[in-house]
Amino acid sequence: MELKTKINAEDGKQDITITREFDLPLELLFKAYAEPELIEQWMGTKVLKLESKKHGSWQFETTDAKGNVVFKANGVIHEFIPNHKITRTFEMDNTSFGVQLEITEFEKLTDDTSKVNMHVIYESVAQRDQLLKLPFAQGLNMAHNRIEALLKTLNN
Amino acid sequence: MNLRRDVFQAIADPTRRAILLLVASQSMTAGAIAANFDTARPTVSKHLQILTECQLLEQKQNGREIHYNINAQKMREVADFIEPFRQMWDDRFNKLESIMKAYKPKK
Repeated sequence: MELKTKINAEDGKQDITITREFDLPLELLFKAYAEPELIEQWMGTKVLKLESKKHGSWQFETTDAKGNVVFKANGVIHEFIPNHKITRTFEMDNTSFGVQLEITEFEKLTDDTSKVNMHVIYESVAQRDQLLKLPFAQGLNMAHNRIEALLKTLNN
Repeated sequence: MNLRRDVFQAIADPTRRAILLLVASQSMTAGAIAANFDTARPTVSKHLQILTECQLLEQKQNGREIHYNINAQKMREVADFIEPFRQMWDDRFNKLESIMKAYKPKK
């Protein structure tokens, strides 16, 4: 099985690259990054604010079923060139992960295929490594919460 | 490389992650593990087999019983990998692709 999404994270460096090829024309791929209602669908977060233009800013928020905010992030858009490039900052609220700089480039491969290349630069190597491990930690946490809930029902 | 991918397929499943957490604190028999889940016993056995095959769990004969232990060394190796991060982006991008394939511009 060929991996469609590739991550390159070299040891001891404070950046990563994420690349992915899509069975989509370049214009459709870029649209998914530019329109709030589309971002909401594929990122699974609420878009509070998105000014898709140079010197614009953005704000995302995710809430759980009970309405508690579980994720909140914001940043500014440094550069916005349709069908070509988005440069923005990304910072999660109430965390120690710092600010990251994201340079996302879009490339046409054929009329029906395209490619995205994300270059993400973190404040430090330590912050990068911590963030890369986050999904794993969350995965274990979620399993743990399920077990806790299960054990509670067993005790009752 | 293939082995690594198998490990991540193993921990991609929520029930298998739950099993790993259960066994993390104490070694348990298959029966004791299965008692924690609503899932049918053979399904739990299958999960245990997969986790054992990719060495996240170890089996130990204890009299007539087989106990399952977590393989801490293997778990540590896994924790260092960025595969879950890649999976997260892969899921997002798969979603993006299917949404945009169905996308019809508003007239």
